[in-house]
Amino acid sequence: MTNTENFAPEDTIRPGRPVTVGRYGPVKRLNHWITAACLILLALSGLSLFHPSLFFLTGLFGGGQNTRIVHPWIGVVLFFSFFIFFVQLWRLNLPNRADVQWTAQLDDYIAGREDRLPELGKYNAGQKLIFWGMAFFIIVLIGSGLVIWDQYFGETTPIELRRAAILVHSVSAVVIILLFILHVYAAIWTRGTLRAMIRGTVTGGWAWRHHRKWLRDLAGRRRIDPAE
Amino acid sequence: MDMDSPRTAVSNPPVQPMEPNLTERDLIARSATSRLPAPARQLTPVAKLIDVSKCIGCKACQSACIEWNDTNPVMEENVGDYTNPHDLTEDMFTLMRFTEWVNPDNDNLEWLIRKDGCMHCADPGCLKACPAPGAIVQYSNGIVDFVHENCIGCGYCVKGCPFDIPRISRVDHRAYKCTLCSDRVAVGQGPACAKACPTQAIVFGTKDDMKKHAEERITDLKSRGYDNAGLYDPPGVGGTHVMYVLHHADKPHIYAGLPDNPRISPLVQAWKGVTKYAGLAVMGLAAAGAILHGVFARPNRVRPEDEENAERLVDQAERGPREDA
Repeated sequence: MTNTENFAPEDTIRPGRPVTVGRYGPVKRLNHWITAACLILLALSGLSLFHPSLFFLTGLFGGGQNTRIVHPWIGVVLFFSFFIFFVQLWRLNLPNRADVQWTAQLDDYIAGREDRLPELGKYNAGQKLIFWGMAFFIIVLIGSGLVIWDQYFGETTPIELRRAAILVHSVSAVVIILLFILHVYAAIWTRGTLRAMIRGTVTGGWAWRHHRKWLRDLAGRRRIDPAE
Repeated sequence: MDMDSPRTAVSNPPVQPMEPNLTERDLIARSATSRLPAPARQLTPVAKLIDVSKCIGCKACQSACIEWNDTNPVMEENVGDYTNPHDLTEDMFTLMRFTEWVNPDNDNLEWLIRKDGCMHCADPGCLKACPAPGAIVQYSNGIVDFVHENCIGCGYCVKGCPFDIPRISRVDHRAYKCTLCSDRVAVGQGPACAKACPTQAIVFGTKDDMKKHAEERITDLKSRGYDNAGLYDPPGVGGTHVMYVLHHADKPHIYAGLPDNPRISPLVQAWKGVTKYAGLAVMGLAAAGAILHGVFARPNRVRPEDEENAERLVDQAERGPREDA
């Protein structure tokens, strides 16, 4: 076993017609959906205080005071759930040479001409962008969020820092919501992707089409489930 | 005579019936509210004028403020300073700040006493920052008031204020500050602090009258050798409805850090300006674009030959281990 493996321990091929490939185990899927739920709740509660036209969203959380109370705590939960996710996924999201070419030929990807693109490991450059973007902005948001968490850290920092923090927090929130939209959009546009995070598996054809190197590596390492 | 606002804090309240004052229809600004109906009338702008040169530091204003607002500030320890409590709190809306300052021109020790509290800015940073509709309001007479039942306790007003005035209660999680005794002014009485001041260092009336009064005081101070005496009505926040006569108006900061040129921080302006509007627009466009593209564009589907290729690859790989066995 070397540390240059291009797959995670639970990634396995299950032969059949069609082939299915395990992509995410139950722990990662649960963690992903906890993080996703937190991000959605954070976006709704944060947006309600971001623009007056969205203040009505505080009704979802039981009013303005409750929204103010609950928003930072959801952020803390998200930070830890994403942190676990990060530790599990960061290695496979390191950029490589194929990502440069993939990015340069993004138009081929969007037009569905993936045969012209290099064979990819478990993640493409777009997925890696989402991963590192989320990681970066979650750190910025938790850091700036703690500074403006008035109930516990109200007067522990100078006022100019708190003003800067709230500006950074709101700009970062806009960016992370854009990343979130891109992430959800890409997962739906690329048909067959959602089941990786729901059932944990994708079809062999999906892996062949989008992440052929990952599939080849799994096959080459004989990570084939003998029970099937 | 149209007496919509009291002209002084000294006189007793009017005995003749008064039209209700400082109601919803007197609002000229309301936090997080874009379409506010125009006020039904324009009340005469009022102001409190604090002449620091006449203040004797007796704290009668603080006592009167506690009395009228029925607050109960906690007793604090003496740390060798007359300022007590040590800072504004949710229970202390006004505070005498004492500064011992050595005048570099004549080496005299000057004991500067400034009554701190909300300045009632014409361009209030607290109101600009507030995300809760109607938690902060501004009346056409210039008073900026907090409406506590609408407050969500987020502390945005603290960040918006250029004077460091609002305080969030640790008990009910709502913001508090000087109301300019809006509940007294509405019924024809001046603020409690001005009423209690034994030296008339605090006076109250229309903003025009207060400016005229300040001119007289400044002329007097100049004749006594305070060449830099002047009025503190900072234009950076559109002027204020609490003004100071300062004997050293060229350096307001010596009075316990009174800002020389207060204005709403550019960070707050950026947050509540371009970020709010551009941010909402960008997020809305991205979401709408994604939905439209998702509905009308061709999705990226896996084709049957992809599945066949995968099956072939796996079949070949499966043959491998059998050779080992």
